[in-house]
Amino acid sequence: MSKILMKGNEAIAEAAIQAGCRYFFGYPITPQNQIPEYMSRRLPQVGGCFLQAESEVAAINMVYGAGGAGARAMTSSSSPGISLKQEGISYIAGAQVPCVIVNMMRGGPGLGSIQPSQSDYYQATRGGGHGDYRCVVLAPSTVQEAVDMMAEGFDIADQYRIPVILCGDGMLGQMMEPVEMGRYTPRKLPEKTWATTGMGSRKTPNIINSLYIDAAILEQKNAELAAIYDEISANETKWESYRMEDADYMVVAYGTTARIAKSAITKIRAEYGIKVGLLRPMTLWPFPSAAIAEAAAKVKAVLTVEMSTGQMVDDVRLAIAGSKPVEFLGRSGGMIPAPREIIDKLVEMAGGKA
Amino acid sequence: MTHEMIIAGFGGQGVMSLGELLTYAGMHEGKEVSWMPSYGPEMRGGAASCGVIVSDEPVGSPVVTEATAVVVMNLPSLDKFEENVLPGGCLFINSSLIERNSTRTDIKVYRIPANEEAQALGNTRVAGMVILGAVIAVTGVVAIDSIGEIFTKVFGEKRAKLWDINKQALERGYAIAKEMMA
Repeated sequence: MSKILMKGNEAIAEAAIQAGCRYFFGYPITPQNQIPEYMSRRLPQVGGCFLQAESEVAAINMVYGAGGAGARAMTSSSSPGISLKQEGISYIAGAQVPCVIVNMMRGGPGLGSIQPSQSDYYQATRGGGHGDYRCVVLAPSTVQEAVDMMAEGFDIADQYRIPVILCGDGMLGQMMEPVEMGRYTPRKLPEKTWATTGMGSRKTPNIINSLYIDAAILEQKNAELAAIYDEISANETKWESYRMEDADYMVVAYGTTARIAKSAITKIRAEYGIKVGLLRPMTLWPFPSAAIAEAAAKVKAVLTVEMSTGQMVDDVRLAIAGSKPVEFLGRSGGMIPAPREIIDKLVEMAGGKA
Repeated sequence: MTHEMIIAGFGGQGVMSLGELLTYAGMHEGKEVSWMPSYGPEMRGGAASCGVIVSDEPVGSPVVTEATAVVVMNLPSLDKFEENVLPGGCLFINSSLIERNSTRTDIKVYRIPANEEAQALGNTRVAGMVILGAVIAVTGVVAIDSIGEIFTKVFGEKRAKLWDINKQALERGYAIAKEMMA
């Protein structure tokens, strides 16, 4: 297949359709509006349903219903809208309904700004809603990777019966890059024998529910979920290692910030001869703690760069467990770090020239 | 070689489309490309800009802060982006709408009367294409023929008939810049 030039948001929507998503429920918010716009045009062409709900709360509960009936369903929003969806996500996690949620993050808290941000890291990776649950969190750094992850995200959701969050930001949504659809090879997945599709020839009804009023039974349910989360951690953790072979310093960054870090690494190696590499988590949950710990053992110090005042840096520090200094560089509110800021920070850490 | 460009002007001057043309043309030539628009709350007639990267290497940051070339179609854009040109880089000024010159002495400045040239061709709306021709002449970011080959990808088949005047504008800008360089 040949490459086409697409906006991140539009590419994500097309990738979802090509992955078999036929149901989109959402409510408008910048900077992800091209996703519902694209879906409203394309889904009717493939026999799907686009529905602009009355609110984010309604939209996520429609996803709950459609996913519960076994359909591939999704919603998308940006930070304030994702906050509104948290109750529904908790119910979906409790009821073990597969679905994909796209969050093109913008500056917060509150209504914040409409510019790119990564300040929903805690919310995405720590549950966000109430209760003992996790979502798989995918963090693409290019439009192509967003396309590939969208397809894999639906498979992960179905395989483990878990909500999957694709965490991008306004930059990824708005930028255009060449993409190729259909690169991802679909997994072999089990039948959705649990879906509420009518009794048919079954003897017992399928029920989608997150209420377990007996504490002992809920504890058992929590243990089942925890076992699934362990399995996901073992199988689905992904990261990219970039120029780490000879690195004296390691940058940890994800999403669009990681590509800014790559630009900085190219320049600092050329201008100062300081050997810097990048470890880029591609899944934020499960987090590549072991890979980071292993890579950190070979470097002098670590720099975490985020578009927040410091969230993922906690996980980096936990992974490294104090064995190396971990510095932090963050921009927030919708401001984007420039490669030069990262270079200056690394030069300072290295004490000038290498 | 990596070309990192900022194209800026009033909303409506076609700066986003100019960026898209360059990006498509770069991709058409098999290069690595990215296009990143400024987006945000902006008043009508305010500043619009996009960052375009055309490179032999995979694109890192899509946000252009150290530009090899900057195109400014109006004064607020000159004021805002003049400082982003790398030393030795190029600044293209639409001299039809911008009276002042650049204060930078470490860059190459090309003053192109884009609106007047477009008017002379019969349509001021191709002013951007005049500048684009100059950019291509000076930087060689893409081949001038590539623009024609991808024109309808950006503007759609319905606008194919507009290629003639756009081609004239592109070639006029190219010729003006070549004269300046001679």
